Amino acid sequence: MYTKRNLLNALMMGVFSLAAVIAVVPLFAVLGYVLKNGLTSLNLAFFTELPGMMGVGGGMANAIIGTLIVVALASVMGIPIGILAAIYLSEYDRRSWFSTLVRFTSDVLTGIPSIIVGIVVYAAIVVRTKHFSAFSGGVALAVIMIPSVIRATEEMLRLVPHTIREAGDALGIPKWRTILSIVLPTAAKGILTGALLAVARISGETAPLLFTALGNLYYAHSLNEPIATLPLNIYFYAISPYDQWHKQAWAGALVLVFIVIVLNVVARLAFRTRMGKN
Amino acid sequence: MGNLSVRNLEAWYGAQKALLGITAEIPEKQVTAIIGPSGCGKSTFIRCLNRMHDTLPGAKVSGDILLDGKSIYDQHPVFLRKTVGMVFQKPNPFPSMSIYENVVAGLRLNGERRKAKLRAAAEKSLRMAALWDEVHDRLNYSGVSLSGGQQQRLCIARALAVEPSVLLMDEPASALDPIATQRIEELVTALKKTYTIVIVTHNMQQAARIADFTAFFLNGELVEFGPTSEIFTKPKDKRTEDYITGRFG
Repeated sequence: MYTKRNLLNALMMGVFSLAAVIAVVPLFAVLGYVLKNGLTSLNLAFFTELPGMMGVGGGMANAIIGTLIVVALASVMGIPIGILAAIYLSEYDRRSWFSTLVRFTSDVLTGIPSIIVGIVVYAAIVVRTKHFSAFSGGVALAVIMIPSVIRATEEMLRLVPHTIREAGDALGIPKWRTILSIVLPTAAKGILTGALLAVARISGETAPLLFTALGNLYYAHSLNEPIATLPLNIYFYAISPYDQWHKQAWAGALVLVFIVIVLNVVARLAFRTRMGKN
Repeated sequence: MGNLSVRNLEAWYGAQKALLGITAEIPEKQVTAIIGPSGCGKSTFIRCLNRMHDTLPGAKVSGDILLDGKSIYDQHPVFLRKTVGMVFQKPNPFPSMSIYENVVAGLRLNGERRKAKLRAAAEKSLRMAALWDEVHDRLNYSGVSLSGGQQQRLCIARALAVEPSVLLMDEPASALDPIATQRIEELVTALKKTYTIVIVTHNMQQAARIADFTAFFLNGELVEFGPTSEIFTKPKDKRTEDYITGRFG
């Protein structure tokens, strides 16, 4: 009897451990594969030169800068709107039908395939302005990041003890001032973490940029022009018939993965300092 | 300055009535203790005095409270609270701020920009809160780096910096050890020269030690109010006597 129990126990533990191992295998496979293929194709020209004609030489300098521009554009729009909306939900309206609607909508929006956001922004901006643009790409990414910024920020604001707000009230500080100067700084590191993770998430988005930013073989000279980004380039290069471009797609993938990992690590470090301090 | 006159004050949380018509004269520059068992309405009462109660969603009050002859309901709560300060049960310094920033928060976030004025107010308030000697050489340290008792004195200094005339204290020592409690009690006695102090306490010995007047609350009712010595030695009401002799509560 006793051995049977022990055996079953060991068996179950084996099953759980196996599942845990299987769960991390894809991550390491991806990292390993990208690293192996990407490193061999990565060179200085990749960072400094424009794409070569029809699969010869060149680099992705315009796409690297393009990614930074589009992501920055999306962050400038998405992060403030997300944080301010979260302040509304956490500090002004915790349970009305309207705040329930906002929360429900952002949860649904998180689950909507990002290509659909791309199509909607295409219809709303690209069709109307009659050209693809960096701006419309930024808008599409902002739409994708707003819900996650809202939810992360709201959760962090709710962690701020009620007694802190009461202390502000009791000092005769106006509510908006208490929120901006006391509550928000108390939750700042957690909010920063949430924002950085949202930035990391949109940095790799490809689908919403297909019909908005479009891509560009050259540098974009204004936000009203189509712009190249790393994920788009990876996509176009990977489906091209040229070996040289396939290699560059790997290099692009490596750079993109590197950017996303750095953002993730920075986000976690920022959060850890907060935990350590309190 | 700082004379509070409470007239037939009633308070509700939603449909539940928490205070049943309180009438009391709280004299200026004295310490008035509010005692009573849990749930008797002591905290609700003190929170009515700076309008922290009636600004809660679903809460309401009737009756009137006059501060130096003027109804507190005629002012915006934000302005009232500069005159009627409050210290809470648990020390609650602002975690993102240094000791110095905590003390001047009430001034700075109300628009005071002059550095010299803020410096002077910080030193004065910290001295009054008997904390200056312990922290003057580390004003830039985080407010939450202090011990519990020091944090509570920091919160008192923060409340004093906006120069109120009344200081409300909601069980300010109940989360502190006996030595820290003693320091708070000494502080209360020193501060009454300048401020009207209303202190809620669970601890009857504490009320007897520091209060000039004592109010006994029971089930939302003000049972008895008078000089502390009379409440504790010859209470007029049987219920007061039962409570202070430890028969319930």
